[in-house]
Amino acid sequence: MSTVTCPECEAQIELEADTEVGEIIVCSDCGVDLEVTALDPATIQLAPMEQEDWGE
Amino acid sequence: MQRRLKLGVLFSRVRVEEKWIFGAMEKRGIDYDRLDDRAIHFDLNDPKPWQGYDAVLERSISYNSGLYALRLLNAFGVPTVNTASVAEICGDKLMTSAALARDGVPQPHNATAFTPEAALEAIEAFGYPVVLKPVVGSWGRLLAKINDRDAAEAVLEHKATLGSAQHSVFYVQEFIEKPGRDIRVVVIGERVLTAMYRKSEHWITNTARGGEGELCPLTPEIEELSLRAAKSVGGGVLAIDLVEHPERGLIVNEINHTMEFHTMQPLSGIDIAGEIVEFVVSASKSKMQNAE
Repeated sequence: MSTVTCPECEAQIELEADTEVGEIIVCSDCGVDLEVTALDPATIQLAPMEQEDWGE
Repeated sequence: MQRRLKLGVLFSRVRVEEKWIFGAMEKRGIDYDRLDDRAIHFDLNDPKPWQGYDAVLERSISYNSGLYALRLLNAFGVPTVNTASVAEICGDKLMTSAALARDGVPQPHNATAFTPEAALEAIEAFGYPVVLKPVVGSWGRLLAKINDRDAAEAVLEHKATLGSAQHSVFYVQEFIEKPGRDIRVVVIGERVLTAMYRKSEHWITNTARGGEGELCPLTPEIEELSLRAAKSVGGGVLAIDLVEHPERGLIVNEINHTMEFHTMQPLSGIDIAGEIVEFVVSASKSKMQNAE
């Protein structure tokens, strides 16, 4: 299991075993959306903000 | 020798739906690429890399990226789910309304105007309350319920001044006193898969806005209307949103071409991701060539 550090609040976040690159996780401490950018080693960054044309 | 099927999945984020779709591809042993719409580019002089795909499933979160990618892929002769034409119609509420009106599919009373003055005239003709919707947009964003003329003037001026050019296409819709819910129906090809109620105390019932899902039994009326609506916009993998109108009964509110189904799949027990993958396989080039 990989541990990453929230870039916003520096909380330590443990990634689930089935985490995928491109997945959005939420920091359990500060609630910010984070995007998983790599898995080996695990890296994350702040997820892009919602755009006007986003949706289903 | 027959070439092995090769699919692509265009996406922006790996949401739970994409995880399920990737899982369904892998379960079937399908060779596929994950195409992040933020990382790809299309060289118009070199379509070959793209023409290697037998079909591409579009799951972009950005309407613009998804739509233009579909247009290019279709121009390169690559089958897509959904097609660019379907995305064009479903991604724009006015285009959807026009298609439904052409085919006589029941929908809310809508009007369109291109200036705030003309929009105000249309709103006054409807009577209050009315709903103003952006023609492109999702997840219930920027919907405005207008209760009186003061609100209408304010919202119209704000949209004309602060919004992009697209916000000057004013899409006015009757406000429907729905029974605290709407109905989302999943249609894949010619089949109605499942339906759920989306319940909310708020007049916007999108689950993206906190609405809750509950299984809705399929009736012949729901099935027939959903299939008509799907056909009207060109068909494919679609989520048809129906509203129960107090006087007119079931009508079609909108149609989504890159539906989310994180509530529906567990609720219905139906492998929607698997059904989508099967549909993409059936729409692929090699499948079509084999059928010839």
